[in-house]
Amino acid sequence: MNRLPRWLLVALAAGPVAGLLIFYAWPFVILVVEAVTEESIRDTLGRSSTWEVVWFTAWQAVVSTVVTIAVGLTPAYVLARYEFRGRTVLVGLLTAMFVLPTVVMGAAFLALLPESLDRTVVAVIAAHVVFNLAVVVRVVGSLWEHLPTDMEAAAATLGASRWKVATQISLPLVRPAVTAAATIVFLFTFTSYGVIRILAAPGTRTIEVEVWRRATQLGDVGGAAVLALLQLAALVAIVSWSTIAQRRHAQAIGLLPTSARRRPRTAGERRFVTLVAAVVSAVAAAPLVALVVRSFSTPTGWSTTAWTDLGRAEIRPGIRIGIDPVDAIGNSLTNAAWATLFAVVVGALASLAIAAAGRAGRALDGGLMLPLATSAVTIGFGMLITFDTAPVDWRASWWLVPVGHALIAVPFVVRTCVGVLRSVDPTMSDAAATLGASPVRAWRATVVPYLWRPLAVGAVLAASISLGEFGATSFLSRSGGETMPIAIEQLLGRTGSLLQAQGFALATLLAATTVILVVLVERLQTPLTRQPER
Amino acid sequence: MTDQPGLAVQNVTVTFAVPRVPRAQGTGNRDRSGTPPVLDDLSLSVRSGEVVALLGPSGSGKSTLLRVIAGIIEPDGGRVLIHGVDVTRQPTHRRAVGMVFQDNQLFPHMSALDNVGFGLKMAGVGRPERSERASTWLRRVGLTGFEHRRVTNLSGGEAKRVALARTLATEPAVVLLDEPLTGLDRELHDQLAAELGSLLHDASATALLVTHDPDEAATIADRTVQLAEL
Amino acid sequence: MSLRATPRHGDSSLRSIAALAMVVGLVAAACGSDDAASTTSAPIADSVTLVTYDSFPEADTSLNDALADFTAETGIDVEILVAGDTGTMLSKASLTAGNPEGDVMWGIDNSLLSRAIDDEIFEPYVATPIADGSVDIDPEFLELVPNDEATPVDYGDVCVNYDIGWFAERDLEPPSSFADLADPAYAGMLVVQNPATSSPGLAFVLATIHEYGLEGWQDYWSQLGANGVEVVEGWTQAYYERFTWAGGGPTPMVVSYGSSPPAEVIFADPPRDDAATGVVEDTCFRQIEFAGVLRGTDAPDAARLLVDFLVSERFQQELALNLFVYPTNEAVALPQEFVDFAVVPDVSRSLDPTLIDTERSTWIDQWTELVLG
Repeated sequence: MNRLPRWLLVALAAGPVAGLLIFYAWPFVILVVEAVTEESIRDTLGRSSTWEVVWFTAWQAVVSTVVTIAVGLTPAYVLARYEFRGRTVLVGLLTAMFVLPTVVMGAAFLALLPESLDRTVVAVIAAHVVFNLAVVVRVVGSLWEHLPTDMEAAAATLGASRWKVATQISLPLVRPAVTAAATIVFLFTFTSYGVIRILAAPGTRTIEVEVWRRATQLGDVGGAAVLALLQLAALVAIVSWSTIAQRRHAQAIGLLPTSARRRPRTAGERRFVTLVAAVVSAVAAAPLVALVVRSFSTPTGWSTTAWTDLGRAEIRPGIRIGIDPVDAIGNSLTNAAWATLFAVVVGALASLAIAAAGRAGRALDGGLMLPLATSAVTIGFGMLITFDTAPVDWRASWWLVPVGHALIAVPFVVRTCVGVLRSVDPTMSDAAATLGASPVRAWRATVVPYLWRPLAVGAVLAASISLGEFGATSFLSRSGGETMPIAIEQLLGRTGSLLQAQGFALATLLAATTVILVVLVERLQTPLTRQPER
Repeated sequence: MTDQPGLAVQNVTVTFAVPRVPRAQGTGNRDRSGTPPVLDDLSLSVRSGEVVALLGPSGSGKSTLLRVIAGIIEPDGGRVLIHGVDVTRQPTHRRAVGMVFQDNQLFPHMSALDNVGFGLKMAGVGRPERSERASTWLRRVGLTGFEHRRVTNLSGGEAKRVALARTLATEPAVVLLDEPLTGLDRELHDQLAAELGSLLHDASATALLVTHDPDEAATIADRTVQLAEL
Repeated sequence: MSLRATPRHGDSSLRSIAALAMVVGLVAAACGSDDAASTTSAPIADSVTLVTYDSFPEADTSLNDALADFTAETGIDVEILVAGDTGTMLSKASLTAGNPEGDVMWGIDNSLLSRAIDDEIFEPYVATPIADGSVDIDPEFLELVPNDEATPVDYGDVCVNYDIGWFAERDLEPPSSFADLADPAYAGMLVVQNPATSSPGLAFVLATIHEYGLEGWQDYWSQLGANGVEVVEGWTQAYYERFTWAGGGPTPMVVSYGSSPPAEVIFADPPRDDAATGVVEDTCFRQIEFAGVLRGTDAPDAARLLVDFLVSERFQQELALNLFVYPTNEAVALPQEFVDFAVVPDVSRSLDPTLIDTERSTWIDQWTELVLG
């Protein structure tokens, strides 16, 4: 009786659904159509390089995941269980590393590692590990933080030393979180694109990079489509396996509602915590520091030329590499502004619809999450080959790149908003009803106002995603409209010249912008997630 | 002279800000800003083989005392001696103190047998002997056949018995029990109270149990002490 | 950066009418895309975009001055859009065929031409001066485009260049054949370009196929790889960054053009009158470059006028000293330095265009696997 009228829900959901169908579902169909021809399947699957690429993608992802988990468990434990000065900063630093655009991460490692490790698999894996440390720290750490400490005390009363407690009791209990973290890290490293393009030798490619290469360098659209679908199938398989595994190992533990952090008590504990914190800080900060330092290193010695001459990417008088770094900054900002606008509008409508619609809302929610599971390259590629004939020949439209970015950003906006909207006490609109408000007006007065703050957070997230987006943009951007990540990748490829230093300078700019945006998000978000003390 | 008491607590003081809202257990936070101490210059001794019940209302610091004895909380002042040995600076796992927690704290990822055998495993007992001894203890607490049950599926009374068996299996020098029967229903309560008493005495355990129920104290313990009097 | 005509002054009412017309035009353009081949009913555009590779200068050279003359004559601005190296430029054009990024494309060469034609990036057009016979072009070049898809604008030979002084200093005889390049005595001294992205890179690979045949070229490249050959993406990077002479880099041999040595003499500082770089004649492969109107351009008339200009003497006479290629316009006299220092091999290699067409992507795939790993 007091439910929202159906027309309202339909009106809210119409835009997001239409956008999803046109810009995601339809390109997906076209991709399948392009791929599923006997010739392209036969050629691609028959080519030995295909399987080499698949093999490389798989094993580097496994190694990256294993190393990340192994390296990340101790910091996760320390950051989850101990309170110490600078803890929040360290967590923030790790989160910033995670949110940094992949090109920046690649650039930072290019700057950090010595020439001998340049373009090697070691560099790639190292970059992956540092990039994804935050996943382990936050996902495993958040479970660890809320584990009942009494269980560990009980084990201690039974004679278990600190180490035995950790390995026999704590680790098994956090296993579901470890599996979740491992899955996320595996997915990210499997679909690695920016890091590979910048850090790996030209012959070393993941499936993502191979899709891009075949489509844009060799003109083999069918082959690229087959590879994209192959990757998609692999991703679906991995996610399914992980969901099942997690469900099987889930166990009921009485989690504490508040965190169990405490200051280190003994000298031994203090030394341990300090050591871990110092090592993690060094590992996380070193690449960024190296990035800034290298931007001042030109072939003629230390100078600020790369920064002052940022607008001139000249090789010889009159001859340029075709990309203007300063233009790229402008393009990135413009794209980010439009992408944020699109993402915010679509995200707001979708969140309101999802929060109000119950079961149907879950379907829309799931649908909007799909672009996250699909790699960015696949999205960009699909859009490029779909919108190339009249009446939808939108390749030259200024809004195609922002739309691609918005597709990827909307899930983040929705996740941020729906949680808040769902937690609004429904009794409030009942109260409004008793005061004479129709369902729609009651909803507008009691639910909608809660949207603005998470929407602001979502907007900032969308902006930072758009600024750093590389995979989809590699396909969609036109000559002269390149964004910062594309410019950075081009500049960094010119080893030993001023252009490379300019690449580092541009990457530093992008890094700084992202970090500022992340700090903004944390500031905006803190009031949202503060737990009420019970 | 009589031999050393099984457990001696001397002049133990623990001060921390008792929050209006209960904090997470075992934080070890201490606020020396002049709030009244939770435990103030408290002394207590338990003879070897004696079962002592400590009575006091909720929130009076009984659990805190147990945690000090177990080494989970460090006292601001005072000493804890077990069979004459000063263990105040020793970490928990070296104190040979067993503790049955109010909410049992069974390890959910292990079976009943593995839970009971955990302390033996930590002591380096080999698997066959461990299994046998753990089985024996399960039998003694009336849980024959429960060896491979998942502890998350046990009823309140069953879980409590597993917790007891787990602690007693290691034959610790001192057994601490934190409100062992609180929360159990009437019938179970009475039944377990009797069992608990005989189990502790059969094992000649030096035990300190805290409770707010004087009847429980009377049934199980040899001697009852009021926290307020200490 | 780009060449713009001087702003025309008009009175304010004219300007507001022009502004209104622009707005209406923009709205109309935004509302839909044009059909492909447009008719002559559309007025000639104000500006035309020339899509080209990254060694084409955007400003400050006599080539750009020639384009300025075009603007002065016709009132059409020429905007240069650098799309990267040739392979990348072609791929972008293929992916945007029918809705191109520019109006005229300069720089597709004979090794990539068949792909450009298959992907239908060009709109067939015979340059007016060629049609009416006022400009003479070697019929062999015109045979490569039997359907007039594009217009041959320059040609040259892709050969290995070497730094004369570098070899002299080390008392080392510069290599004179393909086999020499794979000799350990010359290990690590050669930089080549990726054939997937660079047309001279592809031309060089085709030259090795010509030399060693369809069965043997892969072994040769294995040897080159073992001999430390360096691979970069494009010619500008190889020549202006890795080559010892022109780029101050570490590698004394580079795949470039038979007509590169004259440039090094002309632009030498301090001036010199002898060649600084030499050419390994045995490695030369004939390359012909084309320009064409891009299909789907919204300025077809302006585009055609530009193509006409690109084969005219005024423009072609600047090619030698700026792009280091030979003009196809036979009436153009070559500068003296070219005559003195350019190396025209007695025999330049070439492969049958249909063979290139069918095998090119396989060859590139095989090369990638072999050399890049």
